[in-house]
Amino acid sequence: MRFGVVVFPGSNCDEDAYHAATDVFGQQAEYLWHKDTDLKGAEVVILPGGFAHGDYLRTGAMARFSPIMNAVRGFAERGGPVLGICNGFQILLEAGLLPGAMLRNKSLKYRCEHVYLRVEQTDTPFTSAAKPGQILRIPIGHGEGNYYAPPDLLKRLEDNRQVVLRYTDPTGTIAEPWNPNGSVNAIASICNERRNVVGMMPHPERACEPLLGGVDGRMIFESIVSAMAIR
Amino acid sequence: MRARVFVTLKPSVFDPQGKTIADALHSLGYGAVADVRQGKYFELDLATNEAAQAKQLAAEVADKVLANPVIESYRIEVGD
Repeated sequence: MRFGVVVFPGSNCDEDAYHAATDVFGQQAEYLWHKDTDLKGAEVVILPGGFAHGDYLRTGAMARFSPIMNAVRGFAERGGPVLGICNGFQILLEAGLLPGAMLRNKSLKYRCEHVYLRVEQTDTPFTSAAKPGQILRIPIGHGEGNYYAPPDLLKRLEDNRQVVLRYTDPTGTIAEPWNPNGSVNAIASICNERRNVVGMMPHPERACEPLLGGVDGRMIFESIVSAMAIR
Repeated sequence: MRARVFVTLKPSVFDPQGKTIADALHSLGYGAVADVRQGKYFELDLATNEAAQAKQLAAEVADKVLANPVIESYRIEVGD
């Protein structure tokens, strides 16, 4: 299958995502420059981490005006799988492809460390290889990952089972010290109502090889590769 | 005509930067500063001399770009 990895000026995890898709999982991948207007036949689109357009004004705020985002929006509306990682998640929020917004981390500190995540939903194309409740250890690196949704939206997200991953302790229990950024309901990842668009703050592409300190991120890539094979 | 747009986090949204600034002021002895909210300030030079039109244009720009309506609200002043 063919991955499309979007590259904005200021993206810095694009090569990591490309490396994971091609070298680790043996799939095809193509870089999609932000000024491109088509997805070059990509069957899954990744919006990688980084600081798109310098994150001026707000994180992800400028990236939604890049020409490639029209193509990404159309692809998502047709049901195509889209994964936003870190800055990519922030861009999906600003573009309105996912609901809610990001605030500055509660600690005001940029957090760069491994976190524990509990898989809440396995009926998305990016978590279908996981068992419900499975615990993953995957790194984060962000200053604005404090997910916020107003109470009515938060209720809707929970009722629709759109929270995909939550920050927990190593045993899978939600506890304040293990929430690295203050996200409401310990949310680390959400999906849209149709479940084909997923945003996550942790970096699965940095956790696919033992040399990098863990392989729990493989599940995300294994899910999408097998989901596309079935389709 | 000039429009000034003040963007702040909504009152219901926690502002960790404002809180940190308030704490710093308290530690400097400014106990009378009860609370601080941090925001953003924009000056727009608009090619119009009509106040109503300027305000409408500034509001449109604020809605689309300058503020994120999920977490932020804004206030507009027009005039030179």
